Amino acid sequence: MATEIDARDLHYRDLNRLLRAKIEEGEREFILRNVNGQRYIAAGIAEKVRLDIYGTPGLDLGAFMRGPEIIVHGNTQDGAGNTMDDGKIVVHGMAGDVVGYAMRGGKIHVYSDVGYRVGIHMKAYMDKIPVIIIGGKAGDFLGEYMAGGIIILLGMFSRYPERPLAGLYLGTGMHGGTIYIRGKVEEYQLGKGLKPHELTAQDQDLLRRHLTEYCQDFNLDLQEIFREPFIKIEPYTHRPYGKLYAY
Amino acid sequence: MNHLRGLSKDISGCGLSGVIHRKGELIPGEIIIRSICCQEERGNGLGAGFAAYGIYPDLADYYALHVMADHRKALEDVEELLAHRTYIAHEEPIPTRPTPGIENPPLFKRFFVKPKYEGEVRDLCAGTEDEDDYMVRLVMEINTRIEGAYVISSGKNMGAFKGVGFPAQIAEFFRIEEYRAYIWTAHNRFPTNTPGWWGGAHPFTILDWSIVHNGEISSYGTNRRYLEMFGYHCTLLTDTEVVAYLLDLLIRRHRLPIEIACMALAPPFWEEIDRMPPEERELATAVRVVYGGAMLNGPFAILFAYNGGLVGLNDRVKLRPLVAAEKGDMVYMASEEAAIRAICPDPDRVWAPKAGEPVIVELEPGAIPNQRSYLRGPGERTGAAVCRYPG
Repeated sequence: MATEIDARDLHYRDLNRLLRAKIEEGEREFILRNVNGQRYIAAGIAEKVRLDIYGTPGLDLGAFMRGPEIIVHGNTQDGAGNTMDDGKIVVHGMAGDVVGYAMRGGKIHVYSDVGYRVGIHMKAYMDKIPVIIIGGKAGDFLGEYMAGGIIILLGMFSRYPERPLAGLYLGTGMHGGTIYIRGKVEEYQLGKGLKPHELTAQDQDLLRRHLTEYCQDFNLDLQEIFREPFIKIEPYTHRPYGKLYAY
Repeated sequence: MNHLRGLSKDISGCGLSGVIHRKGELIPGEIIIRSICCQEERGNGLGAGFAAYGIYPDLADYYALHVMADHRKALEDVEELLAHRTYIAHEEPIPTRPTPGIENPPLFKRFFVKPKYEGEVRDLCAGTEDEDDYMVRLVMEINTRIEGAYVISSGKNMGAFKGVGFPAQIAEFFRIEEYRAYIWTAHNRFPTNTPGWWGGAHPFTILDWSIVHNGEISSYGTNRRYLEMFGYHCTLLTDTEVVAYLLDLLIRRHRLPIEIACMALAPPFWEEIDRMPPEERELATAVRVVYGGAMLNGPFAILFAYNGGLVGLNDRVKLRPLVAAEKGDMVYMASEEAAIRAICPDPDRVWAPKAGEPVIVELEPGAIPNQRSYLRGPGERTGAAVCRYPG
């Protein structure tokens, strides 16, 4: 039986304190209702708990967390999954800027669009490989300074028919990790020194694995997603700016 | 301030909120208060303010001067100057109430005035629309020449209310819940590079232009010197002040359509201009060349308003947040979606405007008397993305 919390008019400190106290007591499933703008929900929590959030959670949802699974039935604001280490955030609406900022593990699945600088400074180490999947479109600077991990951009469930699949400066400063894109981007959209590549069989396997889970989260048809080919963006060396004094 | 600087760069951001009723119906002040207070954490108690349009319908033909004075003498000097230079239809203290946490506030008084011309000046200016210019000069004169006195707003049928405190405190102090307006903007301040004082709180205004801003205008020096050539003097020690004067210069005086003015403030990058079709490329190039001194550099999200509309604009790489939403005749813009949902839980549409793409919301034609419209003609493209009402 999930514990219900009515977050209306609850300050973020009180909400998080309550959440932590309940987790301490052994509660593992939560339903948060009437959430509106409360920051840092589930930040730093290491237990394997599940949170269903109704409303619009505030900045830095799940920051530094290493374990929880957060399902947002709505949109998230900026900084969701900031430096998260493990666990999962599923957003049934759209997400704001800097989603997955410096993310080091875990998964973020967004059904629709995301803002600017998503996946900035993502990193990976050994078996810790963070994954962001975006069902809609992305703003400028997707995967900026990316050092590791995986970003998958589908561009399928967007609210912005007039916008390009991804913005400008895609992968600027990228020196690790991979960005997979369903469809095409223009070369001028890419950061310096980046090029689109064809997928290998290994890439296809990886995509299928991650997208199968994504489709389960949102009840989507995997076949439909694979109806269009993907490209991948990777840095050609892990130190693309090694010989530059300034960029 | 030094101890705040490093901290503020990381975790702060001022908070903005604005709302407009496109048919000109009046929105109670408590609505905007609830919205800006939802973003409490975006400020640190060193500034908050509100701008309201449609609040003085009985004196709508007069410029409403909101005057802030550090001491009685400054206020008397303003009164004396206004008695010489204007016809004063009405004057009164701006109603305030004692508010916990607001200590030693300055004096606030409002004057409803029309310019008083001396013979030859009137002759010189006969036939031209010069009342607005007259008022701009008068405001500059008060701000620069009368020690301790500042005009914090000077438009018709509108007013700005601002000071040092959290939004709830400033709203309480100025009794914002007693006003009703068809456009509201509000600000919650976290000053980073400039002092937190009463004059430095947002909105900044000139005539009926008002602006609230989250970010830093790093081109302040360039913009300020540019404006001085046209008679605007910055006295409020805060970067945002230049934007109010730039709007007046570009849109009212130079008659740039609002889309072009926004392009001057946040122009496309040269490499984007290179990719535009020839006609649009020529326009964008001309705007960048002619209005280089008006370009705003640095991170910003701004909301500005005039008697006919509300506009939201981001810097060119979206270094500050801005969310918009609509529901029926109402359009909302704020730093955070939660600030909109606090007053409109179920909007018809929510979206995040693109970097440098203005969201221009004008009242429906004929919604209010003396309505100003600055939109470009329909179908005229600028080469840069624009979201506008009416489309």
